[in-house]
Amino acid sequence: MLAKRIIPCLDVKDGRTVKGVNFVDLRDAGDPVELAWQYSQQGADELVFLDITATHEGRKTTIDLVKSVARQVNIPFTIGGGINELRDAEILLNSGADKISINSAAVRNRQLIDDLAKTFGSQFVVVAVDTRLVDGSNYVHLRGGREKTDIHTEEWIKEAESRGAGEILLTSMDHDGTKNGFDNLFLQRINQLIHIPLIASGGAGNEQHFVDVFQQANVDAALAASVFHYGEILIPELKSKLRAEGIAVR
Amino acid sequence: MIGIVNYGAGNIFSLTAALDRIHVEYGMINSKEDFDQYDRIIIPGVGHAGTAMRKLEETGLVDTILSLHKPVLGICVGMQLLTSHSEEGDATLLSVFPLKTLNFKNHILLKTPHMGWNNVKAEANCPLFTSIPENSYFYFVHSFFIEHSPIFTGATCDYGIVYAAAIQKDNFYGVQFHPEKSGEYGEQLLKNFSKI
Repeated sequence: MLAKRIIPCLDVKDGRTVKGVNFVDLRDAGDPVELAWQYSQQGADELVFLDITATHEGRKTTIDLVKSVARQVNIPFTIGGGINELRDAEILLNSGADKISINSAAVRNRQLIDDLAKTFGSQFVVVAVDTRLVDGSNYVHLRGGREKTDIHTEEWIKEAESRGAGEILLTSMDHDGTKNGFDNLFLQRINQLIHIPLIASGGAGNEQHFVDVFQQANVDAALAASVFHYGEILIPELKSKLRAEGIAVR
Repeated sequence: MIGIVNYGAGNIFSLTAALDRIHVEYGMINSKEDFDQYDRIIIPGVGHAGTAMRKLEETGLVDTILSLHKPVLGICVGMQLLTSHSEEGDATLLSVFPLKTLNFKNHILLKTPHMGWNNVKAEANCPLFTSIPENSYFYFVHSFFIEHSPIFTGATCDYGIVYAAAIQKDNFYGVQFHPEKSGEYGEQLLKNFSKI
């Protein structure tokens, strides 16, 4: 049976992890490659790197990082951030990234999804969507949730699928950072609208939240950052819990 | 030493990285003469089967591949190329296996691509799965699948339909999943192929 995936997300800048990481046995908590390797050993099913590097010089470091991860880690990984055109994606593909994730660049230039899917295949293209509830409706937000658009989240996700997205990574900005659980109702609604895999993000605080999002929204994967980085949730224990609840995990 | 058929269908960085991790030597095959240097051959492949077949034909290596008696392993689309036909682009393929590559969308209602980790049930006689526990998880990403056949299936996977996750016939093998991305068991499978 296809397993539900658990995905730790790492923010990186200039080739280093940004948010504090609190693993006891890490030699260098700022080294994304070592962290990625640790997660793969713990049973993470996939990894997502969000690159927030702003400078051109730093971008080169990111490419080196992608190569190092691809060399040393034996599970798939996605890289997002800084991808605005086909050439950006091609460099990452040739450096060993399994998928790329695009967010605001796709909103600004919708054709980018079509072009990426046609050139590299849908399996390579994750469309990340940040959503926030405003006056009872979910709207797509940009710049980490700070900038509201007039685009309805449901409509945008359907359009992304029809343009060739291979997967949707949906972050609820209302839930992100709260540790009160995923936005299960909205995720469930979105999941019924699309026929490509859906990754839930935003709100994970404990193991039960993962059980809930898989049981209630039936998403394909769940992503979290700090609860994993700070060791509040250990992946082997999380998987045991999910297994005990009858959820297929690796 | 493993020769990787270099025909431009997808990225091979992950594959060579995996071979490096398990300390298996490899090189690239660009011409007919290159085959002599290697005792095992891998045909990688990502993307569109019809396009991949066209690219392979452009290399002029097809006849040599078909005449090989060395172990050959096709991975993902590289495996699908070994079948006779794909519904992807209505493509006529190498026909090493009298099997068809079919579109999930015509057969199941589940999401496509089939993406993620799924159980693989190996047949007892498939040497690719030596030292790998039964029903181990491997990483899949594909929208087209090879029909199950009692004669050629080396392992099955179940995604709304039971299909061939691995095939074998004489010296030809294929796997639909990505061993280079499938953790330690994927690496074990590549090791096994390097010793067949």
